[in-house]
Amino acid sequence: MTPLLTVSNVSRDFIKSLDLVAKFLNRLGQDHREEIVHAVDDVSLEVFKGEVVGIVGESGCGKSTLGKMVAGILTPSEGQVRFESANKSDDGPPDDLKTQMIFQDPFSSLNPRKKVIDIVTEAPIHHGLIKASEKREFAIEMLNRVGLDAEALGRYPHQFSGGQRQRIGIARALAVSPELLVCDESIAALDVSIQAQVLNLFAKLKQDYDLTYLFISHDIGVIEHISDRVIVMYLGRIVETAPIEAFVEQPNHPYTKALLEGVPRLEIGQRDYEPVSGEIPSPLDPPSGCHFHPRCKHSTERCKTVRPALIEIAPDHFSACHLNDSD
Amino acid sequence: MAEVTANAQSQAYSSSGWRKFWADYSESPLAVVALLIFGSILFIAIFAPFVSPTNPYDLTTVDIMNSRLPPGSEDFAGNIYLLGTDGAGRDMLSSIFFGLRVSLGVGALSGLIALIVGAILGLSAAYYGGRYETFVMRIVDIQLSFPSILMALVILAIFGKGVEKTIIALILVQWAYYARAARASALVEKNKEYVEAAKCLALGDRRIILNHITPNCMAPLIVVGTLQTAHAISLEATLSFLGLGLPVTEPSLGLLIGNGFEFMYSGDYWISIFPGIALLITIVSINLVGDQLRDMFNPRLQR
Amino acid sequence: MAPILDVRNLQTHFFTKSGVLKAVDGVSFQIGAGEIVGLVGESGSGKSITGFSILGLVDAPGRIVGGEILFKGNDLTKLPATDIQKMRGSRIAMIFQDPMMTLNPVLRIETQMTEAIQTHDSSVSKDEARRRSRDALGMVGISSPDERMRAYPHQFSGGMRQRVSIAIAMLNRPDLIIADEPTTALDVTIQGQVIHEMQQLCRKTKTALLWITHDLAVVAGISSRICVMYAGRIVEQGPNDVLIGSPMHPYTNGLLRSVPSQNLRGQPLQQIEGIVPSLLNLPPGCAFENRCGRALAQCKQSAPEETVMDDQRILRCFNKVEQS
Repeated sequence: MTPLLTVSNVSRDFIKSLDLVAKFLNRLGQDHREEIVHAVDDVSLEVFKGEVVGIVGESGCGKSTLGKMVAGILTPSEGQVRFESANKSDDGPPDDLKTQMIFQDPFSSLNPRKKVIDIVTEAPIHHGLIKASEKREFAIEMLNRVGLDAEALGRYPHQFSGGQRQRIGIARALAVSPELLVCDESIAALDVSIQAQVLNLFAKLKQDYDLTYLFISHDIGVIEHISDRVIVMYLGRIVETAPIEAFVEQPNHPYTKALLEGVPRLEIGQRDYEPVSGEIPSPLDPPSGCHFHPRCKHSTERCKTVRPALIEIAPDHFSACHLNDSD
Repeated sequence: MAEVTANAQSQAYSSSGWRKFWADYSESPLAVVALLIFGSILFIAIFAPFVSPTNPYDLTTVDIMNSRLPPGSEDFAGNIYLLGTDGAGRDMLSSIFFGLRVSLGVGALSGLIALIVGAILGLSAAYYGGRYETFVMRIVDIQLSFPSILMALVILAIFGKGVEKTIIALILVQWAYYARAARASALVEKNKEYVEAAKCLALGDRRIILNHITPNCMAPLIVVGTLQTAHAISLEATLSFLGLGLPVTEPSLGLLIGNGFEFMYSGDYWISIFPGIALLITIVSINLVGDQLRDMFNPRLQR
Repeated sequence: MAPILDVRNLQTHFFTKSGVLKAVDGVSFQIGAGEIVGLVGESGSGKSITGFSILGLVDAPGRIVGGEILFKGNDLTKLPATDIQKMRGSRIAMIFQDPMMTLNPVLRIETQMTEAIQTHDSSVSKDEARRRSRDALGMVGISSPDERMRAYPHQFSGGMRQRVSIAIAMLNRPDLIIADEPTTALDVTIQGQVIHEMQQLCRKTKTALLWITHDLAVVAGISSRICVMYAGRIVEQGPNDVLIGSPMHPYTNGLLRSVPSQNLRGQPLQQIEGIVPSLLNLPPGCAFENRCGRALAQCKQSAPEETVMDDQRILRCFNKVEQS
């Protein structure tokens, strides 16, 4: 089976180039360097049709940058993002519409000056997927899919609550019949009781419209609930990818373990936190070798110099840690 | 805390955008008075031929015998000149009404064109970035480093007098302010998620700039626009006073003040003073309206 | 033993243009020395305003209109503003979600800390203040505090800034700390670290801690008592294990059931339908009535009063959930 999405050796750098003064000072013998952030560093992954792949990681791990490259909002500095539509047809929407993104902030992800009907129908009309005359029925249909009714059509985004806005954002994405949805922290900004509603909606839409998800979140509870497979990122690199059962029961990478232990959980009840030490290093100047070595209990000399490769330690379970080296 | 009050406000105002706008605007009574005054001035300027007692440029009604009558005088035909007459016997009140028309017209037209030019350059600079942005913004910097009156004088000295030339000079002096304001707000807007969503939906650059970013940058541009229009009016008045701006055939307020200036020492104060007061009221009222708009759109002062 | 903080029937209302907003409407709870109490609620539930009210930081158009806030026996609502100000930062300290709310960006950490000590006790010498500041930074797990004290807030990462603001809060050995979403902006591993430091500090110094958050799982891990707020009222409060183990209020129950990790994978989550009501026009009855699956006719007419149960739980509900 060919994967729906293939990301091969993708990197993305953000460069803050030198201004004139710094260039001039360099001429005079001072040493000013360009600031380069390797937000995503040589990442490869595949997503198959019907899967829910969760990406977890802390701030600066590059999960959002990766999501934006998959959705086509950013272009990779190196490597390739390939999307292979599962049901190709000549009159359907073009391939670059097949990947859509659901955003984090329900307050800035909708244009405040557009009515809901226009937010939802702008893209399908622009791309000729529907006629302007069908606009209204089409918008009602899309809103119904996400649990809103026709009353919403003529209103502006500020007249809705956070959860409702998030639904409008989902309807906007559904309007171009995508196959892959990239959800970047899509429920993080919502209240607890609303989070469950939106998560359930995602699950229902997946069933009804054959969707595939790339679900990006820092919330491990949410990732555990929704994903089939989990990718753990740390400072721009994938450190572990595992099927959900293995992720929960046999996490391999020390960082994954630390992450899972640090999560506040209701089941555990009162407890003493024993957190992993150290700060998350600045992505401007990441540690050498394995990025996690300064915070890792098991780090050796080798970890400081050699970048560990992502190797298969069990079927479908990959980890990038020198502890797995057999010798 | 802010969350609670904001919540209450959004509920209260969800009915209508204009009602919210007016509720915020009318919080300052001074601004409401200023808006009323500005509205009346605008009305007078637009309907000057109908509201003026006489047409000061209709040579058949102007009589040199009536020159330099003090305010309130009556001529032989029984016409009353509330604000007196000027050196050529024209009714001052009517002259001021017609002068307002010219002044406001020149100010608004130049402001509007400068806004369009500046907004296009500023928005595109912010959206595309890179060398193009650097190029545009350096020109803006250079432009803003010259005093505007000096710039305008140089341009008029090169091109000569005339209505179109004055308007061109005012546009060249002003566009940079709009470009800077447009770029600043576009830089904020372009990083918002709705713009990323539009990119993801492959709507195309032109559509994203025009339909998504531009409408959301209008608020600060309108503020700059009101304040700049006031600035343009006073600049035009200065130029005309110096005899460089508009020709005598299109007398603006500045020209009226200039005309009366020679009579100041002979005690005929009204020929200069009344157009001056009209100019002052116009500029102050526009500025007060602009200040209130600025406060309303300033997120830091949002209550 | 008398509690450090005893809030009785607190009412804080906001008099807005569009009407009276009852942000806090009859909230009562207690915190003993060294105790950690969690105050949980969604946005708009009034949990932060409760914290601000205790600190005397409610701004116009808001006002405390009723109830008592007894801090070591003194009613804070009756004290003049200057006395509360003196108490704030010395006897009662605060930690916010955004540490930059308490840190001044243009002053060195050292200056801010020594000033915090000397304003409240001018007899302390500069050196003594510096020594105490250094110890405080060491206590919250900041390595090489001497060096870090010379730094400015922007030179710290988010987690470090939050530690510094905790250190500042601890400087004058307060009896009570009010922490409003202190770890919400932090990453998981850093959140673990901050919770760990707070836990240790409260245990060592016997400081009472009110932890305000939207995240049930966090307070379930650290607090001895939990209060659940909804629309300006505490709908249920009780000892940690009682409340988490057998919630009786339908809202608490719904919240607990909707947390993803509690549910089976692949199954739909149990969700609370509807949205949080506007605080401006609350119904005369129970505010949760329109979203509640167990609502009775009487829930619409009158709001349930607080009832004390056998297991030290206090509940506002006419039709409580019976756990099987």
